[in-house]
Amino acid sequence: MSQDIIAPMQRTKSRTSLRGLVAWVVFAAVLLLLPVFFQGNSTAFTLLNVIGINIVFALSYNMLLGQGGMLSFGHAVFFGLGSYAAMHAMIAIDEASYAGEGFWAHVPVLGMPLVGMIAGGLVALVLGWPFCRRAGTAFAMITLGLGEMVAAAGQMFPSLFGGEAGIYGNRMVGPQWFGLELAQSSDVYWFIAFWTFAGVFAMWAFTRTPLGRMSNAVRDNPDRLQFIGYPPRNVRFMIFIAAGSFGGLAGGMAAVNYEIITPEALGLIPSGLALLMAAVGGLGVFYGPIVGAVVVTLMNSMLSDYTDASILYVGLVFLAIVMFAPRGLGGGIEQVRVAWRDGDLGRRLPGWLSGAVAVGLIIVGLVVLIELAFQATHGSDEFAHVFGVDFDAAGPWGWLTVVVLLVAGGLIKRATNKLREDQA
Amino acid sequence: MSALSIKGLTKSFGPAEVICGVDLDVADNEVHAVIGPNGAGKSTFFNLLSGAFAPTSGEIYLHGDKINGLSPDKIQQRGLSRSFQVSNVFGNLSVFENLRCACFKQAHAGYVFWRPAARVREANRRAEEVLEMIGLQALRDVPAGALPYASQRALEIGMTIACDAKVVLLDEPTAGMSNTETTQAINLIRQVAEGRTLMIVEHDMGVVFELADRISVLVYGKIIATGTPEEIRNDPRVKEAYLGEEAA
Amino acid sequence: MLELVIFSTLNGVLYGLLLFMLSSGLTLIFSMMGVLNFAHASFYMLGAYFAYTLGMYTGFWPALILAPLLVGALGSLVERFGLRRVHANGHVAELLFTFGLAYVIDELVQMVWGTVAVAYREPSYMREPLFTLFGTDYSIFRGVVILISILMFIALWYLLKKTRVGMMIRAALTHGEMVGHLGHNVPRLFMGVFGFGCALAALAGVIGGPLLATEPGMAATLGPIVFVVVVVGGMGSLQGAFYASLLIGLLQTFFVAIDASLADVFNALGANLDPYGEVGRISLATLAPMTPFILLVLILIFRPRGLMGELEP
Repeated sequence: MSQDIIAPMQRTKSRTSLRGLVAWVVFAAVLLLLPVFFQGNSTAFTLLNVIGINIVFALSYNMLLGQGGMLSFGHAVFFGLGSYAAMHAMIAIDEASYAGEGFWAHVPVLGMPLVGMIAGGLVALVLGWPFCRRAGTAFAMITLGLGEMVAAAGQMFPSLFGGEAGIYGNRMVGPQWFGLELAQSSDVYWFIAFWTFAGVFAMWAFTRTPLGRMSNAVRDNPDRLQFIGYPPRNVRFMIFIAAGSFGGLAGGMAAVNYEIITPEALGLIPSGLALLMAAVGGLGVFYGPIVGAVVVTLMNSMLSDYTDASILYVGLVFLAIVMFAPRGLGGGIEQVRVAWRDGDLGRRLPGWLSGAVAVGLIIVGLVVLIELAFQATHGSDEFAHVFGVDFDAAGPWGWLTVVVLLVAGGLIKRATNKLREDQA
Repeated sequence: MSALSIKGLTKSFGPAEVICGVDLDVADNEVHAVIGPNGAGKSTFFNLLSGAFAPTSGEIYLHGDKINGLSPDKIQQRGLSRSFQVSNVFGNLSVFENLRCACFKQAHAGYVFWRPAARVREANRRAEEVLEMIGLQALRDVPAGALPYASQRALEIGMTIACDAKVVLLDEPTAGMSNTETTQAINLIRQVAEGRTLMIVEHDMGVVFELADRISVLVYGKIIATGTPEEIRNDPRVKEAYLGEEAA
Repeated sequence: MLELVIFSTLNGVLYGLLLFMLSSGLTLIFSMMGVLNFAHASFYMLGAYFAYTLGMYTGFWPALILAPLLVGALGSLVERFGLRRVHANGHVAELLFTFGLAYVIDELVQMVWGTVAVAYREPSYMREPLFTLFGTDYSIFRGVVILISILMFIALWYLLKKTRVGMMIRAALTHGEMVGHLGHNVPRLFMGVFGFGCALAALAGVIGGPLLATEPGMAATLGPIVFVVVVVGGMGSLQGAFYASLLIGLLQTFFVAIDASLADVFNALGANLDPYGEVGRISLATLAPMTPFILLVLILIFRPRGLMGELEP
């Protein structure tokens, strides 16, 4: 199996500890400053909270695919079961605080992600062994089956999973820590921000441990791993458990944020979302899935305000990335960073910029095309106004615009390729 | 006690018997070369010793412990390590990282997820040591997959000895190398051989006669002769095997 | 009881044949190209929708031929301009590509044909009973579907055993790594096989659409089951896929048909399960959708290479 799409960028490592520290300080500062910008804007906080959850979810997924080379279609099992565990714990807190006694009466809701994490890890521990025999296609299909099975089972045991309607909880129960009431989404933000930071840091730290390195080794060459003394299956199993734990952590965050969880959260759709976010962001760069989670969540939520075709757009972006930029957005950022560090940016920037213009034109052309087609079959759609122009699917102008945009994009792309060849 | 003792080893793939009853003893600290024409079963032989294949019958003892039928990782743990004919490294990991991963077993650290790899002193120290020994300090942080061929071969050997195994199998370590590269490789192998038992499959007779204490000749799955380089050089059966029936 | 057994067997075989039509295409593509086509069931869905739309103009029979041809052509285009480009980046990239493709096709189907089921039905004369047993009708259409499936398998068998292309494909099935040495026209062979596999899936859609339902969720419902078939049968084995298809078809059909709860089953076996408890109350019919996945897990534990597979996946 070729590893091109998960190959990390080549870099000659200098002493990066200081620069690494800077990155973490910036990350923390961003998390701390975001509320200042969005003060009073509860929609923004709701969205930020979803992004935080998705960042942890996508990164935990990439522990499997990007770091360990295991393509999973069932990662939502851990997210969902972690979420269910946290929800049940929250309900237990509610009941225990009502009764005023018992262990759960002393547990703060802020700790729910840990409950999710333990649940996710336990589930992976119990289920994982038979799955980790092989990576690659077999693992992909098996995890797909696992996801379907657990999702189906979720419908079958209403007392645990609440049937189609799912189960509810209330996050404003139990002991309050740090004065966080968790009433508003802006309150919840602090909870999400903390766990996002903690989760991201822990997963980053994991990549630096021996097991983290071994997971890269089993990805690159499982056969050789045996001859340095480690059965690939054991290493995969441990990665599987770690990824399951962090998936559960994200699930625990989700339980507190949404206060509802349905069996759908266990199925193929959220598993696919994790894959989508990780691949869009880039599998070979640690922060790739973070970028992917931000972009995909924003696209999902913002586009759906304007167009009914939002999922189609996300799907097309994903396809485009797999086809034309297999290293994802993170890979692109890394490329720019490396060029900048090597003082190569000035030479390569024109090519990148004209390439970006070409891709931009093609994207706009495709958007107009899809919207026109959508309009032709379904009537008007708000997105058609988005460029300040009303396109009329019945008239020729809209379609002509599409052709012009696509041809212009194609020509610029061709010129760009030539420019790059000349440079190389 | 011999380092490696092989008794009646056979291996069949379906109806084809590739190794047909090999008996061999390799003494401690010996450099033992296995030579033979193409298709003689040399690679299969190594695969049997290292656990990549399970033998059809026969026994293999490593310092008196039976190891046939064990998985490769178990055999490696007992102190037998091997390199590969085709470079077989972790392509996306840096040279240093490759070596360090190969050192984790000895440091009992491969499954450790509670402290950074940089703090596993034993593995880091050993990896640096091996890095120096194979002379790749300058390429320390280059991904192994991007190394030039000869460096990749050196890394291959480095990973094989990183765990400090007592018995080391090298599968065609100088294949495809230029003359200078071969000379460097021979020096490296000499260093490797110190304090270890070494088994080596090699096509380059110059390398074989320069390094080996004893040589076994494998033809069609059987060892037709074992002896010192001098004995092998003068053995009529070996000449026959290499030059064909007519020469006998 | 006999009635139930006979009709469940007939329906199970029918469903199994449909599954095999899907899984045979998937297996061919997988063994030739090493690509697990995640969008395979989406092509099946396209087959049903194309036949529905075409059928409005041409009637059922021409659509039965045209829809698979169209989908096959579409599949070839996907291979030529999509998959081939991704091929250089390895199998994971290919799988990701087909995953994205499934996503996009499902969305497009919803955009074009709406989110609810369309009224795709077999012609009315085929709804007449072929025969009546114990007072239950078995429609002509079901008989026709079985006939079409069998004809298709004969055609597939002929193609594989008797033609030059078939020989190449068989060689690839048994010696996958040798495909590259078949000669200069390998890319075209890939394109053809991919298109052919998609056409098979579409044929299953054309006849499966009226049987099950032609709705945007049909790909997501059947897709995972087809993957299970391929794993259970042994990856890359057509014969294995055949047995696994029938097995899963019969299993699911019987589970749906038998009116019993888990408590009934376990208590008949001598266990003591509360018939009103949460577990005991579960009926076998609700378990039916899970049976393929339970089978998958069992196979994985006890026979990881599948029923007929030569290698572990």
